[in-house]
Amino acid sequence: MSKEKDNQGLVWEVFVQKKPGQPFVHCGNVHAHDSEMALQNARDLYTRRNEGNALWVVPAKYIVASSPEDIGAFFEPANDKIYRHPTFYNVPEGITHM
Amino acid sequence: MNQAELENNFEAKLSRNENIEPKDWMPDNYRKHVIRQISQHAHSEIIGMLPEGNWITRAPSLRRKMVLLAKVQDEGGHGLYLYSAAETLGTPREELLNLLYTGKAKYSSIFNYPTLSWADIGAIGWLVDGAAIMNQVMLQRTSYGPYARAMVRICKEESFHQRQGYEIMCVLAKGSPEQKEMAQDSLNRFWWPTLMMFGPKDAESSNSENAIKWKIKRESNDELRQRFVNQTVPQAELIGLTIPDKNQKWNESKKGYDFSEPNWEEFNNVIHGNGPCNKERLGTRVKAHEEGKWVREAVISYNEKRKSVAA
Repeated sequence: MSKEKDNQGLVWEVFVQKKPGQPFVHCGNVHAHDSEMALQNARDLYTRRNEGNALWVVPAKYIVASSPEDIGAFFEPANDKIYRHPTFYNVPEGITHM
Repeated sequence: MNQAELENNFEAKLSRNENIEPKDWMPDNYRKHVIRQISQHAHSEIIGMLPEGNWITRAPSLRRKMVLLAKVQDEGGHGLYLYSAAETLGTPREELLNLLYTGKAKYSSIFNYPTLSWADIGAIGWLVDGAAIMNQVMLQRTSYGPYARAMVRICKEESFHQRQGYEIMCVLAKGSPEQKEMAQDSLNRFWWPTLMMFGPKDAESSNSENAIKWKIKRESNDELRQRFVNQTVPQAELIGLTIPDKNQKWNESKKGYDFSEPNWEEFNNVIHGNGPCNKERLGTRVKAHEEGKWVREAVISYNEKRKSVAA
């Protein structure tokens, strides 16, 4: 069986959009040898109950991810900018719909 | 970061109930434990297709056949979700499958029992999926992120599996005396193997301690087994079937049923390859794999040919 090594094709990450206009959400991956097979496999595996309006498949090797070790420094620039949140601003008591 | 800092970090994440993600540092033993558990779970899904697949051509109506096909297809899909989750830890799928095919990896012992009558399809959905769901609901909160997320999908999809099984049992239990007897016989045969699905008693479970410490499991084998019995006994009573356990009785002080020990010797026998269908199940899976070989080869050679034409 070792002769059959590497017979699974590439790993493709799968993103499903539930309804038009909604974001594509990562749901898992499939193995496939080309993009058409990847789409068909993703359809069969992740949208058996009409979860999908559209699918993206992306070879996993092309996904660049931030590394968990650097998470602190990487996202640090946003830490001291609380004025980006509405709760930073004082508004009079009793005001609604704001 | 040095080793001690990495370990502290890992422990701190667990104590905050945060998930461990594929690229996070983790102790080797945690990685091994999770790979072993997820791959065994994946193997159980695809081997679990076989006892039910046995009845697809003999389902008593078109409705039952469509339902059973959809269910067996789901189990295949669940196997794939789980292999994907296991692969995030760096073990290729071929390697995991090879461990199964060479008998080095285990799968749930329940699938080594035969499906002798149509009622067994009911009992599997009701009891076996019921027990699996109880375990899987807990695993939605397991510490390894990709495993937890696969469980969320699986639990959602499993929701019809148990109901369709119970429905089959209800219909048989309300049917002719022969049909009711068939349902009772199936319950008699599947009850004890189902209780064994939760694994050995806590005191004798070698993997339990780490699994709880690392929050891979959130509840113990005995806790899950007790809850399963508590939920299932009234379901049996409601349709006039009898759980085959003379010692089973309500215990008001623990707000649960007392029940007999399953036959652990039988459990160990089945785990070690000597159940009624071990050889048949593995043989069928290996044969299917071998018979699919030409498809895998054709796909690769088609792909290579296309590349060379394009070049």
